[in-house]
Amino acid sequence: MEEQEYEPLIVGFLCNWCSYAGADLAGTSRIQYPPNIRVIRVMCSGMVHPNLVINALTKGADGVLMCGCHPGDCHYLEGNLIAEKRAEAIDLMLEDFGLEPERFRLEWVSASEGDKFARVVKEMTDALKQLGPSPYKT
Amino acid sequence: MEQPEQPAETPGETEEQPPETPAEPGSEDLRIGVFVCHCGTNIGGFVDVPSVVEYTKTLPDVVFATGNLYSCAEDGLASIRDAIKEHKLNRVIVASCTPRTHGPLFQGVCEEAGLNKYLFEFANIREQCSWVHMKEKEEATEKAKDLVRSAVAKAALLVPQEEMKVDVVPRSLVIGGGVAGLSAALSLAGQRFDVHLVEKESELGGFTRNLNSLYLGEKSAEETIKPLIDRVMSHENITVHLNSQVGDVSGFIGNFDTTIVSNGSSQEVKVGTIIIATGALEYLPDGLYGYGMYDNVVTLTEFEILCKSHKLPKVNKVAFIQCVGSRGQDKSYCSRICCVISIKNALYLTEKYAELMGDDGAERVEVGVSVPEIASRRRRRRRMAVAEGAGAPAAAPMGGPEITIFNRDVMTYGANHEVYYNEAREKRIRFVRYTPENRPKVTQEGDKLAVTYYHETLKTERKLLADMVVLATPLVAPPDAAKLSKMLKVPIGRDGFFLEAHVKLRPIDFATDGIFVCGTARGPADITESVAQGLGTASRAAIPMARGFIQAEAILAQVDPQICTGCGTCVANCPYGAIRMTEEGVAEVLAAACKGCGCCGATCPEKAITMMNYTDDQLLAQGRSILQGAL
Repeated sequence: MEEQEYEPLIVGFLCNWCSYAGADLAGTSRIQYPPNIRVIRVMCSGMVHPNLVINALTKGADGVLMCGCHPGDCHYLEGNLIAEKRAEAIDLMLEDFGLEPERFRLEWVSASEGDKFARVVKEMTDALKQLGPSPYKT
Repeated sequence: MEQPEQPAETPGETEEQPPETPAEPGSEDLRIGVFVCHCGTNIGGFVDVPSVVEYTKTLPDVVFATGNLYSCAEDGLASIRDAIKEHKLNRVIVASCTPRTHGPLFQGVCEEAGLNKYLFEFANIREQCSWVHMKEKEEATEKAKDLVRSAVAKAALLVPQEEMKVDVVPRSLVIGGGVAGLSAALSLAGQRFDVHLVEKESELGGFTRNLNSLYLGEKSAEETIKPLIDRVMSHENITVHLNSQVGDVSGFIGNFDTTIVSNGSSQEVKVGTIIIATGALEYLPDGLYGYGMYDNVVTLTEFEILCKSHKLPKVNKVAFIQCVGSRGQDKSYCSRICCVISIKNALYLTEKYAELMGDDGAERVEVGVSVPEIASRRRRRRRMAVAEGAGAPAAAPMGGPEITIFNRDVMTYGANHEVYYNEAREKRIRFVRYTPENRPKVTQEGDKLAVTYYHETLKTERKLLADMVVLATPLVAPPDAAKLSKMLKVPIGRDGFFLEAHVKLRPIDFATDGIFVCGTARGPADITESVAQGLGTASRAAIPMARGFIQAEAILAQVDPQICTGCGTCVANCPYGAIRMTEEGVAEVLAAACKGCGCCGATCPEKAITMMNYTDDQLLAQGRSILQGAL
């Protein structure tokens, strides 16, 4: 692969109650992280259909980050657990679509974990830089 | 995997019709207005706002875009209001801070200008952009443009929503007839709401019925709760169901269908709210400190029952052991009330010693005591044998009992409770500390119980010969709490107690509306606290019932019965029981119960379920818009 500096583009699906609030907290705390993520607010991580993830990854996203409440803290009781099960299915789909597993990540980020959100975005950005652009981009 | 484009045009009706507000998504009438906020320098200092505004003007369907110094200030709000009217905007986007704090404010402005509030969309370019990319103005500006473009893509597909009004039945179901439930029931009945009080035992009063004396009060437990019980029994608005349980619950706030099962027969009751006051049980420390092996090793509550029924055997030296089965020995938590209860009982024994030991001329039961209350609580039968003559501590000196309280640390929290502790010390009750690594041991020695312990100060092993050992065990959640939790779809925590919606701000609510919890069902609490919580739940439950209706959020799931195959996957996946199968065999959303998590929609194999305001099409459009030009 060419040694060309590329900036990965990450689409984030953040649940309104924990993770979106956590990302907001990173802001209020002025925790700096790479500007590579674009967040789509959803009510619950459990509402994110696998198609949305695969669609993003095949339409130009280098990675998709899905964040929900920690198990036991879901605003909707257990939507995050549904998301967790679905993530397993997404992992399998990645293979079918010829995508590396690093391109999709599910993380639990609470409303008080602004630092964690920033760290996850940084880690994922770095990992995707290592990995190179999405195979769908060529 | 290709998602088909939604051909949402409605041919033939676009041209001739005047631009109505609001327009159908995809029609030619979209008039999107975008307000990009500088937020002083909070955004303006790190994002090139004028460039974002200019870019926004190039986006499809955007007919108006402007920058605002402070969108949330009165003049900023007025400018939005005016622009909606002047430019006949039918979708509004504010690109500024976060919808979590400012969404309702801007939605309100839209409504004031005659626009349905669900036609408003937010772009978060402060918390999630300018504040986190403060050293990368160029990148932050590009990101802000992407976020605005994504909001425009979603706004184009927004449709107005009507919030639904649902009537609330002014009747409450209180589960559990202890002090918490009784207080809740009386308060609600006093506010002229009907109350159905369900108690599984044959009498009201709950755990308090076991108790003898109460701290912070002159009266006995029985005298204290009797007026409460009498008022509940005679109240015209309260229907008491004794020997009863809740068999089934379905529905949602305002309209719960419940089944009360009493003695094999069942009765349907429709209620608007439900209060859980199912209480707790005392932990039985089988195998700990000789409990179950030696007759005179009893729990705190058993000690109280013995005192109350005048069946306490002759005792002189009494050892209390604190934190039995709690704080890591079996249960992890501190039951918080046992320190003061042990001290209460130690003081009671000291003060009423002559009376309790039968020196007051009252008749004493001497042999083979069987207290029905205890017997019913225990799996095996215990005989409180104070054998006649046979070496019983009959010759105990009547000067007063010698009481030792073995503790890890005494937690007499609050001003009033500490008074008890001081009084106990003044009355020469001994407090001896032990550590979890070095717990006291109880064995039989002749007709005495030998408590062997390590004296932390003297650093030696010591022995106390006691006539009775009283174990302070924690309150534990009753096993049927789990069943109720499933039935009502409300959570229980690791220790089996009901788990509130928010540990600080919503301590007696659940995330599920219309269901509340009070008393020891939510964790160890004393009578004062249980009553306060009971009254609290009554007040919480009264709010929707007094208002008479609830306004359901319009972010709801909607089933297309034409597509639904009736597989039931959504029913199984709905955490709120808000979807049911109709007689026609298709899924139906109970709007008032739906919370809008969207788990059903994302699980539906037929894609027959749409989440209003977060439709797959809308989310997909946002994703595509973000990725525009990325390939």
